[in-house]
Amino acid sequence: MAWAMDGVRERELVRLVREDCGSCHGLTLKGGLGPPLLPETLQDKPEQYVVLTILHGHPGTPMPPWSPFMNETEAAWIASRLKAGFPDR
Amino acid sequence: MRVQVRNALIIPALAALMLAGCSAVPLRGTGDLGLVIEREAGKVQVVDTSARKSLGEVAGLGDLSHASIVYSRDARYAFVFGRDGGLSKVDLLTGSLVKRVMQAGNSIGGAISQDGRLVVAQNYEPGGVKAFDAETLELMADIPASYGTEGKRSRVVGLADLPGRRFAYALFDAGEIWVADLSDPKKPLVTKYPNIGKEPYDGLVTPDGRHYLAGLFGEDGVALLDLWHPEQGARKILEGYGKGQEKLPVYKMPHLRGWSVAGRHAYLPAVGRHEVLVVDTETWKETGRIPVKGQPVFVMARPDGRQVWINFAFPDNGWVQVLDTATGKLVQTLEPGQGVMHMEFTPRGESVWVSSRNTNRVIVYDTETFREQAVLPVPAPSGIFFTHRAARIGF
Ligand code: HEC
Repeated sequence: MAWAMDGVRERELVRLVREDCGSCHGLTLKGGLGPPLLPETLQDKPEQYVVLTILHGHPGTPMPPWSPFMNETEAAWIASRLKAGFPDR
Repeated sequence: MRVQVRNALIIPALAALMLAGCSAVPLRGTGDLGLVIEREAGKVQVVDTSARKSLGEVAGLGDLSHASIVYSRDARYAFVFGRDGGLSKVDLLTGSLVKRVMQAGNSIGGAISQDGRLVVAQNYEPGGVKAFDAETLELMADIPASYGTEGKRSRVVGLADLPGRRFAYALFDAGEIWVADLSDPKKPLVTKYPNIGKEPYDGLVTPDGRHYLAGLFGEDGVALLDLWHPEQGARKILEGYGKGQEKLPVYKMPHLRGWSVAGRHAYLPAVGRHEVLVVDTETWKETGRIPVKGQPVFVMARPDGRQVWINFAFPDNGWVQVLDTATGKLVQTLEPGQGVMHMEFTPRGESVWVSSRNTNRVIVYDTETFREQAVLPVPAPSGIFFTHRAARIGF
Protein backbone atom coordinates (compact mmCIF):
# COMPACT_ATOMS: atom_id res chain seq x y z
CA MET A 1 0.00 0.00 0.00
CA ALA A 2 1.29 3.44 -0.89
CA TRP A 3 1.48 6.04 1.88
CA ALA A 4 -0.12 9.10 0.34
CA MET A 5 0.36 11.11 3.52
CA ASP A 6 2.56 13.95 4.61
CA GLY A 7 4.26 14.59 7.92
CA VAL A 8 1.68 17.13 9.00
CA ARG A 9 -1.18 14.66 8.64
CA GLU A 10 0.89 11.98 10.39
CA ARG A 11 1.36 14.25 13.37
CA GLU A 12 -2.34 15.02 13.37
CA LEU A 13 -3.14 11.32 13.42
CA VAL A 14 -0.69 10.63 16.23
CA ARG A 15 -2.37 13.34 18.25
CA LEU A 16 -5.84 12.02 17.37
CA VAL A 17 -4.91 8.52 18.53
CA ARG A 18 -3.19 9.64 21.73
CA GLU A 19 -5.91 12.08 22.69
CA ASP A 20 -9.21 11.10 21.13
CA CYS A 21 -8.74 7.33 21.02
CA GLY A 22 -6.96 7.84 24.34
CA SER A 23 -10.15 9.03 26.03
CA CYS A 24 -11.32 5.39 25.92
CA HIS A 25 -8.11 3.43 25.37
CA GLY A 26 -5.88 5.58 27.62
CA LEU A 27 -3.30 8.18 26.63
CA THR A 28 -0.64 5.47 26.89
CA LEU A 29 -3.00 3.07 25.06
CA LYS A 30 -2.83 0.64 27.98
CA GLY A 31 -6.62 0.44 28.04
CA GLY A 32 -9.57 2.03 29.76
CA LEU A 33 -13.16 1.51 28.78
CA GLY A 34 -11.70 0.12 25.54
CA PRO A 35 -9.05 -2.64 25.55
CA PRO A 36 -5.30 -1.90 25.39
CA LEU A 37 -3.98 -1.09 21.89
CA LEU A 38 -0.43 -2.31 22.42
CA PRO A 39 1.75 -4.45 20.13
CA GLU A 40 1.46 -7.41 22.53
CA THR A 41 -2.34 -7.26 22.71
CA LEU A 42 -2.77 -6.73 18.97
CA GLN A 43 -0.15 -9.20 17.75
CA ASP A 44 -2.62 -12.06 17.18
CA LYS A 45 -5.11 -9.80 15.42
CA PRO A 46 -4.86 -9.37 11.64
CA GLU A 47 -3.98 -5.87 10.50
CA GLN A 48 -7.10 -5.82 8.32
CA TYR A 49 -9.27 -6.49 11.42
CA VAL A 50 -7.70 -3.48 13.13
CA VAL A 51 -8.25 -1.32 10.03
CA LEU A 52 -11.92 -2.34 9.74
CA THR A 53 -12.44 -1.86 13.47
CA ILE A 54 -11.10 1.68 13.23
CA LEU A 55 -13.12 2.58 10.14
CA HIS A 56 -16.43 0.98 11.10
CA GLY A 57 -16.28 0.57 14.88
CA HIS A 58 -17.90 -2.36 16.69
CA PRO A 59 -21.65 -1.79 16.57
CA GLY A 60 -23.36 -2.52 19.87
CA THR A 61 -20.25 -1.49 21.85
CA PRO A 62 -18.85 1.98 22.62
CA MET A 63 -16.21 1.59 19.85
CA PRO A 64 -17.31 4.22 17.28
CA PRO A 65 -16.60 4.29 13.53
CA TRP A 66 -13.85 6.72 12.50
CA SER A 67 -14.51 6.67 8.73
CA PRO A 68 -16.05 10.18 8.87
CA PHE A 69 -12.66 11.50 10.01
CA MET A 70 -10.09 9.47 8.07
CA ASN A 71 -9.69 7.42 4.91
CA GLU A 72 -8.57 3.82 4.56
CA THR A 73 -4.92 4.72 3.97
CA GLU A 74 -4.86 6.69 7.20
CA ALA A 75 -6.60 3.92 9.17
CA ALA A 76 -4.06 1.44 7.77
CA TRP A 77 -1.22 3.73 8.82
CA ILE A 78 -2.64 3.86 12.37
CA ALA A 79 -3.15 0.08 12.45
CA SER A 80 0.44 -0.65 11.39
CA ARG A 81 1.81 1.87 13.88
CA LEU A 82 -0.32 0.42 16.69
CA LYS A 83 1.00 -3.05 15.94
CA ALA A 84 4.59 -1.80 15.85
CA GLY A 85 4.36 0.40 18.96
CA PHE A 86 2.70 3.77 18.62
CA PRO A 87 4.88 6.93 18.42
CA ASP A 88 4.60 9.44 21.28
CA ARG A 89 4.30 12.46 19.04
CA MET B 1 2.88 14.33 78.09
CA ARG B 2 3.47 17.95 78.98
CA VAL B 3 6.64 18.06 76.92
CA GLN B 4 4.80 16.74 73.91
CA VAL B 5 2.11 19.36 74.19
CA ARG B 6 4.66 22.10 74.46
CA ASN B 7 6.53 20.82 71.41
CA ALA B 8 3.34 20.63 69.47
CA LEU B 9 2.83 24.32 70.15
CA ILE B 10 6.35 25.40 69.50
CA ILE B 11 6.83 23.65 66.20
CA PRO B 12 3.94 25.24 64.26
CA ALA B 13 4.89 28.64 65.70
CA LEU B 14 8.47 28.17 64.55
CA ALA B 15 7.37 26.92 61.19
CA ALA B 16 5.13 29.93 60.74
CA LEU B 17 7.98 32.25 61.70
CA MET B 18 10.34 30.58 59.30
CA LEU B 19 7.79 30.70 56.52
CA ALA B 20 7.03 34.35 57.18
CA GLY B 21 10.77 35.02 57.41
CA CYS B 22 11.73 33.62 54.04
CA SER B 23 8.31 34.38 52.54
CA ALA B 24 8.55 31.26 50.38
CA VAL B 25 5.11 30.12 51.50
CA PRO B 26 3.12 32.93 53.07
CA LEU B 27 0.58 31.94 55.68
CA ARG B 28 -2.72 31.59 53.85
CA GLY B 29 -5.95 29.64 53.53
CA THR B 30 -6.77 27.23 50.71
CA GLY B 31 -10.35 28.32 49.94
CA ASP B 32 -9.39 30.01 46.69
CA LEU B 33 -6.88 27.39 45.55
CA GLY B 34 -7.18 24.52 43.14
CA LEU B 35 -5.30 22.20 40.83
CA VAL B 36 -5.13 21.96 37.05
CA ILE B 37 -4.05 18.65 35.57
CA GLU B 38 -1.35 18.60 32.89
CA ARG B 39 -2.31 15.22 31.54
CA GLU B 40 0.68 14.53 29.34
CA ALA B 41 3.36 15.71 31.74
CA GLY B 42 1.99 13.84 34.76
CA LYS B 43 1.93 17.11 36.70
CA VAL B 44 -0.59 19.35 38.41
CA GLN B 45 -0.42 23.14 38.66
CA VAL B 46 -1.49 24.77 41.89
CA VAL B 47 -3.65 27.77 40.99
CA ASP B 48 -5.01 30.74 42.90
CA THR B 49 -8.51 31.75 41.77
CA SER B 50 -8.35 35.18 43.42
CA ALA B 51 -5.11 36.23 41.74
CA ARG B 52 -6.01 34.10 38.68
CA LYS B 53 -2.52 32.74 38.38
CA SER B 54 -0.46 29.63 38.82
CA LEU B 55 1.53 29.28 42.04
CA GLY B 56 3.68 26.37 40.91
CA GLU B 57 3.56 22.77 39.88
CA VAL B 58 3.83 19.33 41.42
CA ALA B 59 5.39 16.58 39.28
CA GLY B 60 5.76 12.83 39.38
CA LEU B 61 2.09 11.85 39.42
CA GLY B 62 2.23 9.27 36.61
CA ASP B 63 -0.30 8.83 33.80
CA LEU B 64 -2.91 11.52 34.31
CA SER B 65 -5.17 10.82 31.34
CA HIS B 66 -8.68 10.81 32.77
CA ALA B 67 -7.32 11.85 36.17
CA SER B 68 -9.64 13.19 38.83
CA ILE B 69 -9.22 14.77 42.25
CA VAL B 70 -10.98 14.91 45.62
CA TYR B 71 -10.01 17.07 48.58
CA SER B 72 -9.41 16.43 52.27
CA ARG B 73 -12.03 18.06 54.47
CA ASP B 74 -9.60 20.78 55.56
CA ALA B 75 -9.10 21.51 51.84
CA ARG B 76 -5.35 21.40 52.19
CA TYR B 77 -4.64 18.05 50.58
CA ALA B 78 -5.67 16.78 47.16
CA PHE B 79 -6.00 13.10 46.34
CA VAL B 80 -5.18 12.62 42.67
CA PHE B 81 -6.38 9.43 40.99
CA GLY B 82 -4.33 8.60 37.87
CA ARG B 83 -5.26 6.31 35.03
CA ASP B 84 -2.29 4.06 35.79
CA GLY B 85 -3.70 3.22 39.23
CA GLY B 86 -1.55 5.74 41.06
CA LEU B 87 -3.11 7.51 44.05
CA SER B 88 -1.17 10.63 45.03
CA LYS B 89 -1.63 12.95 47.98
CA VAL B 90 -0.62 16.52 47.20
CA ASP B 91 -0.19 19.35 49.71
CA LEU B 92 -1.53 22.57 48.17
CA LEU B 93 0.14 24.83 50.71
CA THR B 94 3.67 23.55 50.25
CA GLY B 95 3.11 22.50 46.64
CA SER B 96 4.55 19.06 47.24
CA LEU B 97 3.79 15.40 46.80
CA VAL B 98 3.20 13.96 50.27
CA LYS B 99 2.67 10.35 49.39
CA ARG B 100 1.95 8.13 46.44
CA VAL B 101 0.80 4.50 46.14
CA MET B 102 0.11 2.31 43.13
CA GLN B 103 -3.21 0.71 43.91
CA ALA B 104 -4.46 -0.81 40.63
CA GLY B 105 -3.53 -1.41 36.99
CA ASN B 106 -6.16 0.87 35.51
CA SER B 107 -8.16 3.36 37.51
CA ILE B 108 -10.92 5.80 36.71
CA GLY B 109 -11.32 8.10 39.72
CA GLY B 110 -12.33 8.23 43.34
CA ALA B 111 -14.23 9.75 46.22
CA ILE B 112 -13.73 10.70 49.87
CA SER B 113 -15.96 9.76 52.80
CA GLN B 114 -18.24 12.25 54.55
CA ASP B 115 -15.96 12.23 57.61
CA GLY B 116 -12.86 12.62 55.45
CA ARG B 117 -11.21 9.50 56.86
CA LEU B 118 -11.40 7.21 53.85
CA VAL B 119 -10.35 7.81 50.26
CA VAL B 120 -11.86 5.32 47.83
CA ALA B 121 -10.65 4.52 44.30
CA GLN B 122 -12.75 2.96 41.56
CA ASN B 123 -10.89 0.66 39.22
CA TYR B 124 -11.27 -0.92 35.80
CA GLU B 125 -8.41 -3.34 36.31
CA PRO B 126 -8.69 -5.24 38.58
CA GLY B 127 -12.38 -4.29 38.60
CA GLY B 128 -13.53 -3.10 42.01
CA VAL B 129 -13.08 -0.41 44.62
CA LYS B 130 -10.37 0.04 47.26
CA ALA B 131 -10.48 2.20 50.37
CA PHE B 132 -7.44 3.94 51.86
CA ASP B 133 -6.73 5.77 55.08
CA ALA B 134 -6.77 9.44 54.08
CA GLU B 135 -3.90 10.16 56.45
CA THR B 136 -1.47 7.41 55.49
CA LEU B 137 -2.88 5.98 52.23
CA GLU B 138 -2.74 2.57 53.87
CA LEU B 139 -5.13 0.05 52.29
CA MET B 140 -8.22 -0.36 54.49
CA ALA B 141 -10.64 -2.33 52.31
CA ASP B 142 -10.67 -4.08 48.95
CA ILE B 143 -14.02 -4.92 47.38
CA PRO B 144 -13.76 -6.80 44.08
CA ALA B 145 -16.65 -6.13 41.69
CA SER B 146 -17.28 -9.83 41.08
CA TYR B 147 -20.47 -10.75 39.33
CA GLY B 148 -22.18 -13.74 37.70
CA THR B 149 -21.23 -17.32 38.42
CA GLU B 150 -17.80 -17.45 36.76
CA GLY B 151 -16.07 -14.99 39.07
CA LYS B 152 -15.76 -12.29 36.40
CA ARG B 153 -14.92 -8.80 37.57
CA SER B 154 -16.64 -5.72 36.25
CA ARG B 155 -15.17 -2.32 35.56
CA VAL B 156 -16.45 0.14 38.15
CA VAL B 157 -17.82 3.59 37.25
CA GLY B 158 -19.76 6.41 38.87
CA LEU B 159 -18.33 6.19 42.40
CA ALA B 160 -20.00 8.72 44.71
CA ASP B 161 -19.73 9.43 48.44
CA LEU B 162 -22.96 9.12 50.42
CA PRO B 163 -23.76 10.35 53.91
CA GLY B 164 -22.63 7.93 56.61
CA ARG B 165 -19.35 6.57 55.23
CA ARG B 166 -21.14 4.89 52.40
CA PHE B 167 -20.31 4.87 48.71
CA ALA B 168 -22.44 4.12 45.68
CA TYR B 169 -21.06 2.95 42.36
CA ALA B 170 -22.07 1.10 39.23
CA LEU B 171 -20.72 -1.98 37.46
CA PHE B 172 -20.37 -1.27 33.73
CA ASP B 173 -20.12 -4.90 32.67
CA ALA B 174 -22.68 -6.31 35.10
CA GLY B 175 -25.39 -3.63 34.95
CA GLU B 176 -25.59 -3.33 38.74
CA ILE B 177 -25.47 -0.59 41.37
CA TRP B 178 -23.65 -1.39 44.61
CA VAL B 179 -23.77 0.56 47.86
CA ALA B 180 -20.85 -0.16 50.19
CA ASP B 181 -21.07 0.78 53.86
CA LEU B 182 -17.53 1.25 55.16
CA SER B 183 -18.43 2.26 58.73
CA ASP B 184 -16.12 -0.59 59.68
CA PRO B 185 -13.70 -0.83 56.76
CA LYS B 186 -12.61 -4.29 57.90
CA LYS B 187 -16.15 -5.53 57.40
CA PRO B 188 -17.61 -3.71 54.40
CA LEU B 189 -21.36 -4.21 54.02
CA VAL B 190 -22.30 -4.26 50.35
CA THR B 191 -25.89 -3.98 49.12
CA LYS B 192 -26.31 -4.92 45.48
CA TYR B 193 -28.99 -3.71 43.10
CA PRO B 194 -28.93 -5.98 40.03
CA ASN B 195 -30.56 -5.47 36.62
CA ILE B 196 -30.48 -1.68 36.70
CA GLY B 197 -30.01 -1.46 32.92
CA LYS B 198 -27.34 -2.03 30.28
CA GLU B 199 -23.84 -0.61 30.65
CA PRO B 200 -23.96 2.15 33.26
CA TYR B 201 -21.18 4.55 32.19
CA ASP B 202 -21.09 7.06 35.09
CA GLY B 203 -23.09 8.06 38.14
CA LEU B 204 -23.92 10.91 40.47
CA VAL B 205 -25.42 11.56 43.87
CA THR B 206 -27.70 14.59 44.22
CA PRO B 207 -26.28 17.40 46.40
CA ASP B 208 -28.60 16.40 49.28
CA GLY B 209 -27.16 12.89 49.25
CA ARG B 210 -30.54 11.29 48.70
CA HIS B 211 -30.65 10.04 45.09
CA TYR B 212 -28.06 8.09 43.16
CA LEU B 213 -28.30 8.14 39.37
CA ALA B 214 -26.42 5.91 36.94
CA GLY B 215 -26.47 6.93 33.28
CA LEU B 216 -26.81 4.03 30.87
CA PHE B 217 -24.83 3.63 27.66
CA GLY B 218 -26.34 0.36 26.41
CA GLU B 219 -29.90 1.69 26.41
CA ASP B 220 -31.72 5.02 26.56
CA GLY B 221 -32.40 5.73 30.20
CA VAL B 222 -30.99 6.45 33.65
CA ALA B 223 -31.14 4.18 36.71
CA LEU B 224 -32.34 5.90 39.89
CA LEU B 225 -31.93 4.74 43.47
CA ASP B 226 -33.67 6.59 46.32
CA LEU B 227 -31.26 6.13 49.23
CA TRP B 228 -33.94 7.15 51.70
CA HIS B 229 -35.99 4.21 50.43
CA PRO B 230 -33.43 1.63 49.38
CA GLU B 231 -35.98 -1.15 49.94
CA GLN B 232 -37.79 0.07 46.82
CA GLY B 233 -34.74 -0.80 44.71
CA ALA B 234 -33.52 0.97 41.60
CA ARG B 235 -35.89 2.09 38.89
CA LYS B 236 -35.44 3.50 35.43
CA ILE B 237 -36.18 7.08 34.49
CA LEU B 238 -36.02 8.83 31.10
CA GLU B 239 -36.67 5.46 29.54
CA GLY B 240 -36.51 5.49 25.76
CA TYR B 241 -35.47 9.16 25.58
CA GLY B 242 -34.02 8.48 22.13
CA LYS B 243 -37.56 7.69 20.95
CA GLY B 244 -36.41 4.69 18.97
CA GLN B 245 -33.98 6.70 16.84
CA GLU B 246 -30.56 5.19 16.24
CA LYS B 247 -28.09 7.00 18.48
CA LEU B 248 -25.09 8.70 16.90
CA PRO B 249 -21.67 7.14 17.42
CA VAL B 250 -20.18 8.39 20.69
CA TYR B 251 -16.60 9.65 20.46
CA LYS B 252 -16.26 10.44 24.15
CA MET B 253 -18.21 9.20 27.15
CA PRO B 254 -20.22 11.86 28.96
CA HIS B 255 -19.67 12.55 32.66
CA LEU B 256 -22.07 12.86 35.57
CA ARG B 257 -21.53 14.42 39.00
CA GLY B 258 -23.40 16.40 41.62
CA TRP B 259 -22.97 19.57 39.55
CA SER B 260 -25.66 18.30 37.16
CA VAL B 261 -28.30 19.51 39.59
CA ALA B 262 -29.45 23.16 39.47
CA GLY B 263 -32.20 23.98 41.91
CA ARG B 264 -35.07 21.58 41.39
CA HIS B 265 -33.84 20.25 38.05
CA ALA B 266 -31.11 17.91 36.88
CA TYR B 267 -29.45 18.62 33.52
CA LEU B 268 -28.18 15.41 31.97
CA PRO B 269 -26.24 14.66 28.79
CA ALA B 270 -28.24 12.62 26.26
CA VAL B 271 -25.95 9.80 25.10
CA GLY B 272 -25.42 9.82 21.32
CA ARG B 273 -27.62 12.88 20.81
CA HIS B 274 -27.01 16.61 20.52
CA GLU B 275 -29.26 17.28 23.49
CA VAL B 276 -29.34 18.06 27.19
CA LEU B 277 -32.21 16.40 29.06
CA VAL B 278 -33.96 18.29 31.85
CA VAL B 279 -35.45 16.25 34.68
CA ASP B 280 -37.57 17.40 37.62
CA THR B 281 -35.91 15.95 40.74
CA GLU B 282 -39.25 15.88 42.63
CA THR B 283 -41.07 13.71 40.11
CA TRP B 284 -38.07 12.38 38.13
CA LYS B 285 -39.96 13.07 34.91
CA GLU B 286 -38.46 14.72 31.85
CA THR B 287 -39.58 18.34 31.68
CA GLY B 288 -37.67 19.40 28.60
CA ARG B 289 -34.72 18.90 26.33
CA ILE B 290 -32.39 21.46 24.89
CA PRO B 291 -30.77 21.05 21.46
CA VAL B 292 -27.06 21.89 21.67
CA LYS B 293 -24.02 22.02 19.36
CA GLY B 294 -22.74 18.51 19.87
CA GLN B 295 -22.86 15.52 22.19
CA PRO B 296 -22.55 16.91 25.73
CA VAL B 297 -19.67 15.64 27.90
CA PHE B 298 -19.85 17.89 30.98
CA VAL B 299 -23.16 19.57 31.82
CA MET B 300 -22.32 21.71 34.85
CA ALA B 301 -24.52 24.02 36.88
CA ARG B 302 -23.08 27.26 38.20
CA PRO B 303 -23.19 27.08 42.02
CA ASP B 304 -26.28 29.35 42.14
CA GLY B 305 -28.03 27.15 39.56
CA ARG B 306 -28.91 30.04 37.24
CA GLN B 307 -26.64 28.85 34.42
CA VAL B 308 -25.57 25.50 33.04
CA TRP B 309 -22.34 25.27 31.04
CA ILE B 310 -21.88 22.51 28.48
CA ASN B 311 -18.88 21.17 26.57
CA PHE B 312 -18.87 18.53 23.85
CA ALA B 313 -17.34 15.33 22.54
CA PHE B 314 -15.02 15.09 19.52
CA PRO B 315 -15.41 16.55 16.88
CA ASP B 316 -17.29 19.42 18.56
CA ASN B 317 -14.85 19.83 21.43
CA GLY B 318 -13.88 23.38 20.54
CA TRP B 319 -17.20 24.82 21.77
CA VAL B 320 -18.80 25.69 25.08
CA GLN B 321 -22.45 26.67 25.39
CA VAL B 322 -24.27 28.37 28.25
CA LEU B 323 -27.88 27.72 29.16
CA ASP B 324 -30.00 30.13 31.18
CA THR B 325 -32.01 27.88 33.49
CA ALA B 326 -34.71 30.50 34.07
CA THR B 327 -35.70 30.61 30.39
CA GLY B 328 -34.39 27.24 29.26
CA LYS B 329 -32.58 29.00 26.39
CA LEU B 330 -28.96 29.00 25.29
CA VAL B 331 -27.57 32.46 25.94
CA GLN B 332 -23.96 32.11 24.83
CA THR B 333 -21.69 30.07 22.58
CA LEU B 334 -17.97 30.37 23.23
CA GLU B 335 -14.91 29.10 21.37
CA PRO B 336 -12.20 28.77 24.01
CA GLY B 337 -9.94 26.76 21.64
CA GLN B 338 -9.82 23.19 20.36
CA GLY B 339 -10.02 20.31 22.81
CA VAL B 340 -12.08 21.80 25.63
CA MET B 341 -11.63 19.18 28.33
CA HIS B 342 -13.17 20.53 31.51
CA MET B 343 -14.74 23.49 33.28
CA GLU B 344 -14.73 24.49 36.94
CA PHE B 345 -16.57 27.31 38.68
CA THR B 346 -15.01 29.41 41.40
CA PRO B 347 -16.67 28.70 44.76
CA ARG B 348 -19.55 31.12 44.27
CA GLY B 349 -19.55 31.02 40.50
CA GLU B 350 -18.57 34.55 39.40
CA SER B 351 -15.91 32.99 37.17
CA VAL B 352 -15.43 29.74 35.36
CA TRP B 353 -12.10 28.21 34.35
CA VAL B 354 -12.05 26.30 31.05
CA SER B 355 -9.21 24.08 29.81
CA SER B 356 -8.35 23.88 26.12
CA ARG B 357 -5.99 20.97 25.61
CA ASN B 358 -4.94 21.67 22.02
CA THR B 359 -4.16 25.35 22.55
CA ASN B 360 -2.34 24.72 25.86
CA ARG B 361 -4.38 27.31 27.71
CA VAL B 362 -6.77 27.68 30.61
CA ILE B 363 -9.20 30.53 30.02
CA VAL B 364 -11.01 32.27 32.87
CA TYR B 365 -14.42 33.75 31.97
CA ASP B 366 -16.67 36.13 33.84
CA THR B 367 -19.93 34.15 33.98
CA GLU B 368 -22.12 37.28 33.73
CA THR B 369 -20.45 39.14 30.87
CA PHE B 370 -18.66 36.11 29.28
CA ARG B 371 -15.54 38.28 28.99
CA GLU B 372 -12.13 36.67 29.33
CA GLN B 373 -10.63 37.61 32.67
CA ALA B 374 -7.35 35.77 32.34
CA VAL B 375 -5.51 33.22 30.24
CA LEU B 376 -3.03 30.85 31.84
CA PRO B 377 -0.49 28.92 29.77
CA VAL B 378 -0.71 25.25 30.78
CA PRO B 379 0.67 22.42 28.60
CA ALA B 380 -2.20 20.08 27.57
CA PRO B 381 -4.50 20.96 30.46
CA SER B 382 -7.39 18.62 31.29
CA GLY B 383 -9.26 18.49 34.62
CA ILE B 384 -9.61 21.58 36.83
CA PHE B 385 -10.52 21.02 40.48
CA PHE B 386 -11.05 23.73 43.10
CA THR B 387 -10.98 23.16 46.84
CA HIS B 388 -14.65 24.01 47.43
CA ARG B 389 -15.28 20.41 46.40
CA ALA B 390 -13.99 19.48 49.86
CA ALA B 391 -17.23 20.63 51.45
CA ARG B 392 -19.73 19.16 49.02
CA ILE B 393 -21.43 15.77 48.85
CA GLY B 394 -20.87 14.08 45.52
CA PHE B 395 -17.85 16.09 44.41
C1 HEC C 1 -15.90 6.04 23.10
C2 HEC C 1 -14.87 5.08 23.43
C3 HEC C 1 -13.86 4.68 22.36
C4 HEC C 1 -13.12 5.51 21.54
C5 HEC C 1 -13.11 7.03 21.52
C6 HEC C 1 -12.29 4.64 20.74
N1 HEC C 1 -12.51 3.33 21.07
FE1 HEC C 1 -11.64 1.70 20.21
N2 HEC C 1 -12.76 0.47 21.38
C7 HEC C 1 -13.64 0.87 22.35
C8 HEC C 1 -14.25 -0.28 22.97
C9 HEC C 1 -15.25 -0.28 24.11
C10 HEC C 1 -13.71 -1.41 22.30
C11 HEC C 1 -14.06 -2.87 22.56
C12 HEC C 1 -15.15 -3.21 21.57
C13 HEC C 1 -15.68 -4.63 21.72
O1 HEC C 1 -15.96 -5.02 22.86
O2 HEC C 1 -15.81 -5.30 20.69
C14 HEC C 1 -12.78 -0.89 21.32
C15 HEC C 1 -12.02 -1.71 20.47
C16 HEC C 1 -11.03 -1.24 19.62
C17 HEC C 1 -10.16 -2.09 18.85
C18 HEC C 1 -10.16 -3.61 18.84
C19 HEC C 1 -9.15 -4.07 19.86
C20 HEC C 1 -9.10 -5.56 20.02
O3 HEC C 1 -8.21 -5.98 20.77
O4 HEC C 1 -9.89 -6.29 19.43
C21 HEC C 1 -9.30 -1.26 18.18
C22 HEC C 1 -8.18 -1.67 17.23
C23 HEC C 1 -9.66 0.09 18.51
N3 HEC C 1 -10.71 0.06 19.39
C24 HEC C 1 -9.02 1.21 18.03
C25 HEC C 1 -9.43 2.51 18.28
C26 HEC C 1 -8.82 3.66 17.67
C27 HEC C 1 -7.61 3.63 16.72
C28 HEC C 1 -9.51 4.76 18.13
C29 HEC C 1 -9.32 6.21 17.75
C30 HEC C 1 -9.21 6.52 16.32
C31 HEC C 1 -10.51 4.27 19.06
N4 HEC C 1 -10.44 2.91 19.10
C32 HEC C 1 -11.39 5.08 19.79
C33 HEC C 1 -13.93 2.19 22.70
C34 HEC C 1 -13.46 3.31 22.05
